[in-house]
Amino acid sequence: MATEVHMHGRIGESIKRKEDGRFLRGKGNYLDDIELPGMLHMAILRSPHAHARIKSVDTAAASAMPGVVAVVTGDLMAQHKLAWMPTLSYDTQAVLATDKVRFQGQEVAAVVAETLYQAEDARDAIEVDYDVLPAITSPDKAKEPGAPLIRDDKENQKDNHIYHWEAGDQAATEAAFARADKVVRLHTFYPRCHPTPLETCGCIADVNGATGKATIYMTSQAPHAVRTVFALVTGLPEQNIRVISPDIGGGFGNKVPVYPGYVVATAASLLIGRPVKWVEDRNENLISTGFARDFHMDGDLAVDKNGKITALRVHLDSDNGAFFADAQPTKFKAGLFHIVTGSYDIPAAHVTADGYYTNKAPGGVAFRCSFRVTEASYLIERLVTNAAIELGMDQADFRMKNFIQPEQFPYASATGWIYDSGDYPKAMNVALEKLGYDELRRDVEARRQKGEVTGIGIASFTEVVGAGHGAEFDILGLRMFDSAELRVHPTGKALLRMGTKSQGQGHETTFAQIVTEELGIPAADVAVEEGDTDTAPYGLGTYASRSTPVAGAATAMVARKLREKARKIASHLLEAAEEDLEWETGRFYVKGSPDKAKTIQEIAFAAYTNLPEGMEAGLEGVHYYDPPNMTYPFGTYAVVVDIDKGTGQVKVRRMVAVDDCGVRINPMIVEGQIHGGLTEGFGIAFMELITFDNDGNCIGSNFMDYLLPTAWETPRFELGETVTPSPHHPLGAKGVGESATVGSPAAYVNAVIDALSPYGVTNIDMPIGPDKVWAALRSKGVTE
Amino acid sequence: MKVSIRVNGAERNGDVEPRVLLVDFLRTNLRLTGTHIGCDTSSCGACTVLLDGEPVKSCTLLAVQANGRGVTTVEGLANGANLSPMQVGFHEEHGLQCGFCTPGMMLVGTALLEHNPNPTEDEIRWAISGNICRCTGYMNIVKSIQHAAKLRQAGEVAPRATAATAAGGE
Repeated sequence: MATEVHMHGRIGESIKRKEDGRFLRGKGNYLDDIELPGMLHMAILRSPHAHARIKSVDTAAASAMPGVVAVVTGDLMAQHKLAWMPTLSYDTQAVLATDKVRFQGQEVAAVVAETLYQAEDARDAIEVDYDVLPAITSPDKAKEPGAPLIRDDKENQKDNHIYHWEAGDQAATEAAFARADKVVRLHTFYPRCHPTPLETCGCIADVNGATGKATIYMTSQAPHAVRTVFALVTGLPEQNIRVISPDIGGGFGNKVPVYPGYVVATAASLLIGRPVKWVEDRNENLISTGFARDFHMDGDLAVDKNGKITALRVHLDSDNGAFFADAQPTKFKAGLFHIVTGSYDIPAAHVTADGYYTNKAPGGVAFRCSFRVTEASYLIERLVTNAAIELGMDQADFRMKNFIQPEQFPYASATGWIYDSGDYPKAMNVALEKLGYDELRRDVEARRQKGEVTGIGIASFTEVVGAGHGAEFDILGLRMFDSAELRVHPTGKALLRMGTKSQGQGHETTFAQIVTEELGIPAADVAVEEGDTDTAPYGLGTYASRSTPVAGAATAMVARKLREKARKIASHLLEAAEEDLEWETGRFYVKGSPDKAKTIQEIAFAAYTNLPEGMEAGLEGVHYYDPPNMTYPFGTYAVVVDIDKGTGQVKVRRMVAVDDCGVRINPMIVEGQIHGGLTEGFGIAFMELITFDNDGNCIGSNFMDYLLPTAWETPRFELGETVTPSPHHPLGAKGVGESATVGSPAAYVNAVIDALSPYGVTNIDMPIGPDKVWAALRSKGVTE
Repeated sequence: MKVSIRVNGAERNGDVEPRVLLVDFLRTNLRLTGTHIGCDTSSCGACTVLLDGEPVKSCTLLAVQANGRGVTTVEGLANGANLSPMQVGFHEEHGLQCGFCTPGMMLVGTALLEHNPNPTEDEIRWAISGNICRCTGYMNIVKSIQHAAKLRQAGEVAPRATAATAAGGE
């Protein structure tokens, strides 16, 4: 039973996680576990209607109930100029509604009381009189002539259109389509789903009336950005705002935005002078906080007679809900969707996107993906498989024929990306070999002869992650760099702080290992802290798989800075010239005399006790890393499904996932990330759906309707890897947190489409429940 | 109403409204915050505790319903500094990421092994199918429970108490 003891934990070692201890003992420190003296509790009243004018809000009965300290309405917030707040996409969002409600679940009023039970009782006693208006629940309805105007609060808004956005070269693309031997078309809808981390969102606002200091504990993936946004919104001086993200119970993008509840709780604490806690329940989480996807996509692929793709043309309508609150880099209205040419060498491409207001929840977040990369990857991988099927070619062969080749990197894509590195054929070959593809293909044919419905789906995704660089990527103007501060103490132990924030990704282990690699301090001796804006250096946070590409790089760079100082100290201690010293992990020694050496721990002690003349004391530093480019992780996923003709039930027989995320720092943690992403991808493909009826009622508003995969449905995954380092990252790493959610939905769906292709079925929109498969089979005359 | 519940082996008393949920009694009155709230509808299992040894969802049970009975929470798994085999299994097999579902998963796993010391993979998957994990994809949770089963069978109770301390990294 004894496990190997790793003294160092350098890059590439699967050391066990340093953060596990507190979670195993039930001593994690999640937001709702925090109890402050005198703390009050807040409950939010939400709109039952998707679209309605507010005629009156009567709080008299609620105010008189036991334990109630305050009832907050939109009018009260308006008196403090806080009824509206800016969004991350330069729009505005209602904090508490004053004029209309624009989606079901919108925040209308809040009760602050001594206990949560009292706050909820009083919330239910608030009476709101609504004048119900027709609801718009899709972009198609939003653009109908005479459609009700959702954003009548905005002066120049005359319809429900939000933005038009384009990428690529329209003329070249149209010319290529005019010459095409074959055009493959796919209309598909990537439905609205929800990241729904197991811990919901929440905050505790603690504004100290004596000092003016506002300490806000918050389930935030980006605490520094939140601090700055709060300073801008409230006018509080930024040094008086402290945002603390404690342990976070999963994020997946849901915990990037600023939600109205945070603003109301902070205002309430400011006015009342006591700490105020607000924690969503699951229903609130599903109906009001950042959803994902909701893209209606039309993709056309031009192919020549040799099976080479010559152009890609895409139009999409984006359903952004009642406020344009997408969390994404400012320049890119449809996120990074224009990575849509994927892993393929496509000479011409043109993408157009239009965003629309609807009477649905706002806050299109990147659910475990780098700003709409998932939608892009899904579309191109679906198109490629459909093209292969239509051309009578093998899916794998068609991909191999059209891949960007290894010698083409760095590769400039038709929509303007510069891919850093890749070897797509290699990843494909590893996946095919693992799968036993050729034999499996024969087996599929044999089974089909017997009347079975079975198929293989492939997806060879390419992601673009790790935002920035800062010149191109920003959030509200804040450049997307990230940071690491490293302090090596006199005893040789270290404290590393970063501008990112783990939500379960294992940062306390992975980033300690980078210090181990660079300085030779054992990972067990490196404490990693994140999430407290009063102590951590400024950074843009954890999402878009950016922690290792950006903060990980910053960690390597700051460690290297310290190593250079350590060299000077070692030179002093060893009485040898700096250039005569050699570094091996953990120590400097004199060239040719390996016994004449000083360990990093000895050097650290000297940094505080025995310095060279004129040198500043200490062994501490900070680095802000602005990456020169994004990183481009990739891989090939392959899925085998069996379909029951009688019920439409899809069974995933096998799932092979080959990932290339560059250099893997802790392979155990990397594989854990992939397992999780493949499972969320499975949920999205087959189970998870937020939808609305014609009145705008949210269906999928609790875990009895919003279905998540359990251990029973979830497939067993077979993982493989290739390693193509990023040429520009100091460690060669690319980031992996989101690859599997990005790549896997298309692989699952392609397997279903492949299985149904003998019957002429070319599309089923996710989630692929048995009802849809059954209906598709019946529509083609297939019965049991 | 007065309630008296044996929590992790110690008698705990309280005076609560009849409507108070067991999970709120544990978290708010007793400050045992290792039991989490994930969904309010008995769907996710983050609030799982053992009631007289059987897994129950404490978000759908009133505190008064536990009166006179025994409750085990995650805080009751370790024996002082010594982690239980289940806790060791989750650490060794990377059975947790964000940690929010972990208490419920470990308690279900613990109850399973009491009844069935050597479960098959399917039996483990069925046992934990009332508990949702959003991070791990369950493969390593299955391995963690298998790891715990092996430790129990080998009679090794918590052989590496320090393996998962905050200083860990081993």
